[in-house]
Amino acid sequence: MAIDQSKIRNFCIIAHIDHGKSTLADRIIEQTGLLTSREMQAQVLDNMDLERERGITIKSQAVRIIYKANDGEEYIFNLIDTPGHVDFNYEVSRSLAACDGAILVVDAAQGVEAQTLANVYLALDHDLDVMPVINKIDLPSAQPEVVIEEIENVIGIEASDAPQISAKTGLNIDKVLEQIVEKIPAPSGDPKAPFQALIFDALYDSYKGVIVFCRVMEGTIKPGDRIRMMATKAEEDVVEVGYFGAGQFIPCEELSAGMVGYITASIKNVRDTQIGDTVTNVANPCKEPLPGYKKVNPMVYCGLYPADSAKYPDLRDALEKLQINDASLHYEPETSLALGFGFRCGFLGLLHLEIIQERLEREFNLDLVTTAPGVIYKVHKTNGEVIDLTNPSNLPDPSEIEYMEEPMVSAEIMVTSEYVGAIMKLCQERRGIYLSMEYIEETRALIKYDLPLNEIIYDFFDALKSRSRGYASFDYELKGYERSELVKLDILINKEMVDALSFIVFKDSAYERGRRMCERLKGEIPRHLFEIPIQAAVGGKVIARETVKAMRKDVLAKCYGGDISRKRKLLEKQKEGKKRMRQVGNVEIPQEAFMSVLKLDED
Amino acid sequence: MKELELYIHIPFCVKKCNYCDFLSAPADEKSQSAYMECLKKEIALHGKRLGVRSISTIFFGGGTPSMVKAEYIQEFMQEIRRHFSVKKDAEITIECNPGTLTKEKLEIYKSCGINRLSIGLQSADDEELKVLGRIHTYSQFVENFKQARACGFENINIDLMHGLPGQTVEKFQKTLEQIVALNPEHISAYSLIIEEGTPFFDWYEDDLCRQEEGKATKVLPDEETVYRICKFSQKYLEKHGYKRYEISNFAKEGMECQHNIGYWQRTEYLGIGLGASSLLENVRYRNVSDLQTYLENNLQKGAALGVEDIEVLTCSACMEEYMFLGLRMVSGVSKSIFQQEFCTTMESVYGDVLEKLEKEKLLVNGLKSVYLTDKGMDVSNYVLAQFLIE
Repeated sequence: MAIDQSKIRNFCIIAHIDHGKSTLADRIIEQTGLLTSREMQAQVLDNMDLERERGITIKSQAVRIIYKANDGEEYIFNLIDTPGHVDFNYEVSRSLAACDGAILVVDAAQGVEAQTLANVYLALDHDLDVMPVINKIDLPSAQPEVVIEEIENVIGIEASDAPQISAKTGLNIDKVLEQIVEKIPAPSGDPKAPFQALIFDALYDSYKGVIVFCRVMEGTIKPGDRIRMMATKAEEDVVEVGYFGAGQFIPCEELSAGMVGYITASIKNVRDTQIGDTVTNVANPCKEPLPGYKKVNPMVYCGLYPADSAKYPDLRDALEKLQINDASLHYEPETSLALGFGFRCGFLGLLHLEIIQERLEREFNLDLVTTAPGVIYKVHKTNGEVIDLTNPSNLPDPSEIEYMEEPMVSAEIMVTSEYVGAIMKLCQERRGIYLSMEYIEETRALIKYDLPLNEIIYDFFDALKSRSRGYASFDYELKGYERSELVKLDILINKEMVDALSFIVFKDSAYERGRRMCERLKGEIPRHLFEIPIQAAVGGKVIARETVKAMRKDVLAKCYGGDISRKRKLLEKQKEGKKRMRQVGNVEIPQEAFMSVLKLDED
Repeated sequence: MKELELYIHIPFCVKKCNYCDFLSAPADEKSQSAYMECLKKEIALHGKRLGVRSISTIFFGGGTPSMVKAEYIQEFMQEIRRHFSVKKDAEITIECNPGTLTKEKLEIYKSCGINRLSIGLQSADDEELKVLGRIHTYSQFVENFKQARACGFENINIDLMHGLPGQTVEKFQKTLEQIVALNPEHISAYSLIIEEGTPFFDWYEDDLCRQEEGKATKVLPDEETVYRICKFSQKYLEKHGYKRYEISNFAKEGMECQHNIGYWQRTEYLGIGLGASSLLENVRYRNVSDLQTYLENNLQKGAALGVEDIEVLTCSACMEEYMFLGLRMVSGVSKSIFQQEFCTTMESVYGDVLEKLEKEKLLVNGLKSVYLTDKGMDVSNYVLAQFLIE
């Protein structure tokens, strides 16, 4: 049964975070009757536990919906949900490549925000038709007229007939559905042409192997066809094709040009599938691969080590599996004297880092030690060479360094007026360069700063929230590199340098950070039989010191008939505690200590 | 037949002390008498099974065994002799607290064969006694001590505590001077351990943390002071003829507590009474610790006793115990006994540990025995933990 291409609409929903993208998706699914409201679980498309808990979308999700329009025809909607956070931009860009149009959701109270713009530009880059929708008009503070004007002036797209909806209450969702039919173009492409499909996502299933999510551009595919991944050259026979029901895979006979669906082909080796690659038919191949995606580059790096060093292969497998549908995750093996074998991993931002860390711990049951996150510094050597430094341990000798550059971001902070002072102070402390401040409303200001990325990757977000009692929102984008005075801060424990604790820091902050680091470590390192000096050093010169006093007494005074079982438990606990320590020289360091650098700014 | 030690728990006291987390509570005369009846049933029950074994030591512990009527103790001693054969030279101890002892009680104890008193004094400083929540003064203790001597008790232990709130080396020295002048045969000097659920824990929780982290404290002596008090008392006692033979125990030549040495050498023992522990055929277990349950089980079900915390010791668990208990004693552990017991040498099991600890100067690995150094004793938890096999 061939599907009429003119009745297909492939679209995604884009928005600034919290403007109600996932709720709108839910409502569309519900109103088209794909799921009854009883079957609906809030935010159907966010099916990762982590997504529901945090109320954010991390992965793109796709679903096929049948809609009976006012013209009496049935349409197939392929809806692809996208993340809103800046860290997950690349996910957005992937989903866009599979679509022909995009619904732009704008909050009627908050109006156009940084991420709204960024997403619209991404959509326009992909030649998508953008259809605006004004959401949350049920809010008392809603100002739909102002927002419409803003969309037209700032973004430059027609918005006068934009549906004014409340995804929460379901108001005017029918108007959205009709406009999808009217405004989003049907896909083009010849079902008889050589097969050509874009991989926009993939998933590993232990029964089916890799499940490839694709948008068919040209041609048709059905089970039994032999396919080739054009970049990796892997060839497999198609076992099953199908489309996305709500939270399930529904097999069908074939996928043809314009359709969004999945292919399974007993692909066991996850490396054979690359997001952005083109799939074609071996028997009748297409001439050229599709353009694919722009490669995304990580901005934040840290070391990930298994807490139990025997779990190193498990960590490697887990990273490999996560990478198949998260192309922006970079990792390469590294070795630390203190932590053993692990990986230096690159992330798009701190949230991305946190999400990956949590997914590794939850989905793969791994216990991890994370080293301090750092950014990529550009080191200009005296011989003219420029290196991208991701691991502080690889910093060349100071004599070989001409100068260094660090990445800067342009940050926009929205905050209620009473906290403006506190937030500006915070930015100032983090070496921010003040750009501007404007009052959006009487009580809300938009503050713009240029900030070094390395000042915001630790705990900037937490500090922001605590200093504004949760009222500040924050967004940033990479601005470029600037020359800076940077030094490597080393930590010596009992006179031995602990590589996993080194980090790059702005020269003038080195003393303060070193001092806090020593204090923090003093609290983390248990007392030994001997005194342990903890020192912070820059270029071999000690700038701060603390001492863990020697343990002189550790005795259980009483041990008689009734105490023996308890005594055993106490000794077992003592021994168990040691197991979770890392040995550096003759000092045992608890794993938590390696993460203590993350918490330097807690007061 | 291997010897057997007997422990009898008397879970009553006049008033719970502020640091105490032992199984004991005030109780009326009726409960006391019901409890003593239960003890008799319990010993009779065990007598059927274990009565062939001869008893090498008996220890009445508590609570405050000297609080109940002395006649109860007397009757119970008769009961023991009815069901077991008690060795002629058996060490028979009763724990006493000043303020509960009288001349009459002491005479009864003496008459029923009790030959050792262990008196819980804790401090010779009345202020310190008050803070601890003890019911007696120092002078009451002195009176009791003299009465005991007059009754003919020639083996008396005195319990002392260091690390008390506000204690200094000088204060503890005063306590020691006064005690040594009385010339008891045995002195136990423990560091105060502040247990959760006691008033002390609520009062000193903050200081306790500081103490553990080696920081300055407010009321409790800091770690350094406690350390100095310990070191001082060791030296002082040695100088006055009390030899340290275990982490917290000092005795004149030949007056070491046989019963406690049994615990550290893994001699089998039978615990009678509420919450009392036993070690029999490499099984450790504990009687139920709820008084009501204990009484009901005993009286109604004809002494079908409830036990808890049963721990069946594997061969390696026995080895571990042999080491971590034996090394508490200054004389340490014997290599030949280890080999006899476990059919393997100590070196083959613990060679690496011994070598490491000897390097750290925490232990001496001699030809016949292994024992801890002074420093090893100071940090014995660290040392002993290493004798646990994976």
